[in-house]
Amino acid sequence: MSGGPRPSPDLTTGWKRFTRGIGQSSVLGRVSTLSARNWILAALGIVFLLSLTQQFAKLETSDLTSSGTWIIALAWSVPIIMAGLGGIFSERTGIVNIGLEGMLVLGTWFGAFGTLLYGPWWGMVIAAIAGSLGGLLLALATVTFNVDHIIAGVAINLMAPGITRFLSSIHFPDRGGSITQSPTIVGVSSFSIPVLSGGIVFGWQSPDILGRIESWNWFFVSDLAGIMRGFTSGMSWLTLVAILIVPAATWLLWKTSFGLRLRSCGENPHAADSLGVNVYKYKYFGVAIGGALAGFGGGFLAVQLSGLYREGQTLGKGFIGLATMIFGNWRPVGTALGGLLFGFAETLRLRDPRAAHALLLLIVFGLAVLLFRALYLRKAKAASWIGVSATLVLVWYLSTNSVPNQLPKITPHIAVLGLLIFATQRLRMPAADGQRYRKGEGG
Amino acid sequence: MASAVLLDGITKRFPGVIANDKVHLDVAPGEIHAICGENGAGKSTLMKILYGMQRADEGRMLVNGEEVTFHSPKDAIALEIGMVHQHFMLADNLTVLENVILGSEPTNRGVIDFAEARRHILEVGEAYGLTIDPDDLVENLEIGERQRVEIIKVLFRGAKILILDEPTAVLVPQEVEELFRNMRELKVEGHTILFIDHKLDEVLEIADTITVIRAGKTIDTVKPEDVTAQDLAELMVGSELPTPETRESTVTDHVVLEAIKATADDDLGSPKLRGVTLKVHKGEILGIAGVEGNGQAELVEAIIGMRPLTGGSISLENEIMKGWSVRRRREAGIGYIPEDRIRRGLLSSFPLWENAMLGHQSMEPFVRNGFWITADSARDHTKKVVEQFGVRTPSVEVAAHALSGGNQQKLIVGREMSADVSLLIAAHPTRGIDVGAQAAVWEELRHARAAGLAVVLVSADLEELIGLSDRLVVMLRGDLVAELDPAAVTPRDLGAFMTGASVQGGGES
Amino acid sequence: MSKKLFYVLAAPLAAVGVALIISSLVLLIAGANPFSAYSNMWEFGTRLETIIETLNRATPLYLSGIAVAIGFRMNLFNIGIEGQYVLAAIIAAKVGAEINLPPVLHVLVIILTAMAVGAFWSGLAGFLKVTRNVHEVISTIMLNAIAVAGVVSYLLSVWDVPDASLDTALKAIPESGWMPSLNGWVEVFTRDIKRVELWGFILVAVVVGVVYHVLINRTRIGYDLRASGENPTAATASGTDPKKMIMTAMVLGGAVAGLVGLPELLGSSHAYNLRFTQQLGFAGIAVALLGRNHAVGIAIGAFVFGWLDRASGVLEVRGDAPREIVAIMQGVIILAAVVAYAVVERKRRAEEASAAAAATAAAKPPDQVSVEEGGAS
Repeated sequence: MSGGPRPSPDLTTGWKRFTRGIGQSSVLGRVSTLSARNWILAALGIVFLLSLTQQFAKLETSDLTSSGTWIIALAWSVPIIMAGLGGIFSERTGIVNIGLEGMLVLGTWFGAFGTLLYGPWWGMVIAAIAGSLGGLLLALATVTFNVDHIIAGVAINLMAPGITRFLSSIHFPDRGGSITQSPTIVGVSSFSIPVLSGGIVFGWQSPDILGRIESWNWFFVSDLAGIMRGFTSGMSWLTLVAILIVPAATWLLWKTSFGLRLRSCGENPHAADSLGVNVYKYKYFGVAIGGALAGFGGGFLAVQLSGLYREGQTLGKGFIGLATMIFGNWRPVGTALGGLLFGFAETLRLRDPRAAHALLLLIVFGLAVLLFRALYLRKAKAASWIGVSATLVLVWYLSTNSVPNQLPKITPHIAVLGLLIFATQRLRMPAADGQRYRKGEGG
Repeated sequence: MASAVLLDGITKRFPGVIANDKVHLDVAPGEIHAICGENGAGKSTLMKILYGMQRADEGRMLVNGEEVTFHSPKDAIALEIGMVHQHFMLADNLTVLENVILGSEPTNRGVIDFAEARRHILEVGEAYGLTIDPDDLVENLEIGERQRVEIIKVLFRGAKILILDEPTAVLVPQEVEELFRNMRELKVEGHTILFIDHKLDEVLEIADTITVIRAGKTIDTVKPEDVTAQDLAELMVGSELPTPETRESTVTDHVVLEAIKATADDDLGSPKLRGVTLKVHKGEILGIAGVEGNGQAELVEAIIGMRPLTGGSISLENEIMKGWSVRRRREAGIGYIPEDRIRRGLLSSFPLWENAMLGHQSMEPFVRNGFWITADSARDHTKKVVEQFGVRTPSVEVAAHALSGGNQQKLIVGREMSADVSLLIAAHPTRGIDVGAQAAVWEELRHARAAGLAVVLVSADLEELIGLSDRLVVMLRGDLVAELDPAAVTPRDLGAFMTGASVQGGGES
Repeated sequence: MSKKLFYVLAAPLAAVGVALIISSLVLLIAGANPFSAYSNMWEFGTRLETIIETLNRATPLYLSGIAVAIGFRMNLFNIGIEGQYVLAAIIAAKVGAEINLPPVLHVLVIILTAMAVGAFWSGLAGFLKVTRNVHEVISTIMLNAIAVAGVVSYLLSVWDVPDASLDTALKAIPESGWMPSLNGWVEVFTRDIKRVELWGFILVAVVVGVVYHVLINRTRIGYDLRASGENPTAATASGTDPKKMIMTAMVLGGAVAGLVGLPELLGSSHAYNLRFTQQLGFAGIAVALLGRNHAVGIAIGAFVFGWLDRASGVLEVRGDAPREIVAIMQGVIILAAVVAYAVVERKRRAEEASAAAAATAAAKPPDQVSVEEGGAS
């Protein structure tokens, strides 16, 4: 810490004690400020844990690091990540967005309907517009009319399924669907990266290097190749767009004046106001962008993943997105990682219930890493807690052959509760999040 | 040469109070001009008017000789006026750089030019000796550093006239020295500085000119070389003594409240009470004087049970109250007139009769068997309070927020006094209320004392303290530094003790 | 008096008015005649059978609304009613099916089980808030998903009784654990009721409403609760323990939430199955908002929502419009209601303040001023 002399014991110790708790940034929060090199190291570490787990769970499954699993996991994490990013844009301006689920629902319907009319690309644009209209409604209620954020969000969640159900009953039965679902639609095409994963360029079937390595079944090397192939092949162009949105969001929020002003509204709107920032305007922008992202996520779910709109198909993904946002400490990259993790758990559940069982082992390894860290930092209490939980999970793993099918589904919710319970001081939500703001009040 | 700032006849009214009453202020260019006054004298309001955050009801404002009207801080910033607020306007989770450039970002097609921003910040910092790392998160900064960020923020925008609202209130002495060094450099560079303070030694050290404000009025403008700290204290608190009360002492030797070496921390964990020892007797008003923030609030909270002691003890009627809940203390006979009535003393949207229960909701006549609310007798009781204490209201069904501040306060005073209490904690009981209501509250406090109540009176109003107290103690930095006889003390002496200008060894008793 | 009534009714009426206008527009866009749609709804909705069905729908909505309102009264957003009641329903159904007791006692045990489960699940969120400062909105959302998608789904698969119908369902509760239909009582005043049964649980709901009203307005616990919601600092200074208040509100709310699934369970389904009605928790939030957390207001809100749900069926039958328009109406009603309440409240405050100012100016002793004192509160 740089700066002035601090001789007075009372003020200093008090302030230090106060900042000690919040001074440490969250695991993921810190990760997201790491350099590229450390990023790669961290990612390799995770892959190593995965391949270790795969090695031990060979008899149960071969899906943990297979490219097939990761292709699907990536795709299924898109709606969650988009909802999470939507939450970030909204909450970074200080508006708590419980209405994400509703905006996602709007996205699913309008995405499907737009696709029916104009094809998948326009369908996604329409989905995003519909979501942002939901966001504007939330902004109107919370910013202009000063309605409590939670109440307004709940109202949107109640209203959105009503709107879509109504619209479906008007539009879909005539087009070969029904009151509850649209006719099937076709999403955008997919691609693989040439040379690396066997993509086709101008009719030439390039080699599939990663696929080849994956098939060698070497420890770690083949696992790494499998996962990398999951990220480089069989990917829809829309998935690519979604992936690109993550760094774009980081760039917009942290590198532009628009982003700085937007974030300042969620941290200290009175300070922003005292410097001439139009707080209301940025709150509207933030919530509308957030809605558009959630709408995109919903559209992706209907257009690309399901191939149709079906009532209730979001299955609480908006809330999972909210959980992912908290998990990622209100930052895009962390949120994307969390979304990927949750998408992975969900994929394993769908593909191979026995693979889900192997996840327990992954948790054991992950806890073991945390245990070593705690021991290294000489945190005896934390270490004993982690040790006990790791042992319990290990016993669970060894004494059973499967986990309840429901467990992977609720992984995100349990993870976030755990984070809030055990690491709440490491989370850093925008300081003025959820507070009603009136210009001129306070300060 | 025209004055940098000239305020003429500025008047600002808030419901029930006049914050500024025809204030006159003349600040020469390039000087450090101190504005002194007690808490609540109207200094901050005046500065907010000058910075465009509030608008005066009457009066003229001239900046560099030209008459101006401000609609928002933006207008003030445009005229090169900047303000460092007492409560820093910083976003903790943003970096120093982000906080400084917010709203005036150097950009290249919307993308922040971080290199340019960093260069400019470092340039400003270097020019005035304000060292800071632009990439630190503000939440990791210490208070002195935060203040430097605020000053850089203002200079970054090219301010030539700086308003510093109680900049030293949060600083330790070494940081104050550094701040003063910075201020002198700014002055050398031709900046004009207006700063608010009530620590007299500091004012005398740094200021070129001093304007004293009391009760919203300009009292005098003086040069530091012409006055002593004692003179200033007298100007600040007013020289006329209140007419001494011709009253008989009702003090008994029955001790109601006793604190022995009580210590407590504030919310951030730094010690705020450092071993306070005091006794309050039946029929006695103990006045506690002191500049705000010296531990009075913590003492009150410790007695009422909202703040745990870290050492020592507080006992009521010879019983140590360790581990007692607030409710148990209330039921044992402690009444509490809080210093911030809206935040601590009222349920704004509740009707008066439900407000009259607050703090006594476990006792007759409001509830039966400690459980069932007896609305009729509660209403009757409230009507009595309203009548007896002169609360002006159409009925007891009116919501508390509808009442004026004075009437709200009378309701609170009435509520606490009409209850069956043996000890009354009155924190700033007349703050922010009009003169009539003030007199009524004083009268009630005297009655209460005569009726055998023990009263702890915390106040910033020295007239009130001297006029009402049987005994007077002065609190400074969490300790009682003096015990005085109100009949003999002058506000001048009191002011000297409060500001630490004179220190008495221990108590007199 | 009339002015007071105006302030009470202005906002909900405005909300319904706005909802009618917007729904009419939607109907027009959908190519239907709003007037014929509304008159059909009215005609169908005033039939005795529809009213009975409305009451059956309103009963769980009402309980859900009360459960939410208990939290709202102290500024706690218990939006976990959903998880609390579904979890309570399945466990109560299991307990009810496994035990054999005399009629009234059997029902009582089921009710208490449901309340205990609801209170426990809600208490978890309270416990996390009190001990770890986890915001109840987040924790209840997470606990909702954990309960519904996790625990309940798991229990359903474990406790499923294979039978001929292929339906995933628990064992049925024996008849001693059923709540009798109230048709006989109603028919004393009306003609015979066809096809539908009025669920007996409505009586429990009435009791819950009365207890809620008395507890909140007439007891110290209620006062402490309301005071904590209005101004936590002042409440703490007055002697309430904020942590205890949070736990109290969450546990009480959860206990009532546990009842939400019982009207259906004890009145008609008698077993927990896949088709068990869900989403009542979120609807309860709407109903509580509409009824301004007042026992009678929530009842009206629940009835309105229930009626819209039931009477809308006719729209489709008569070919006016899809019945789903009702969901839009409900959403608009809520949003319009919250905004209207805020506007009216501001106006009411302003008037009250000017009345008080007038009284101050007149400086009359209060007992001589005769401004509608002691009106209905």
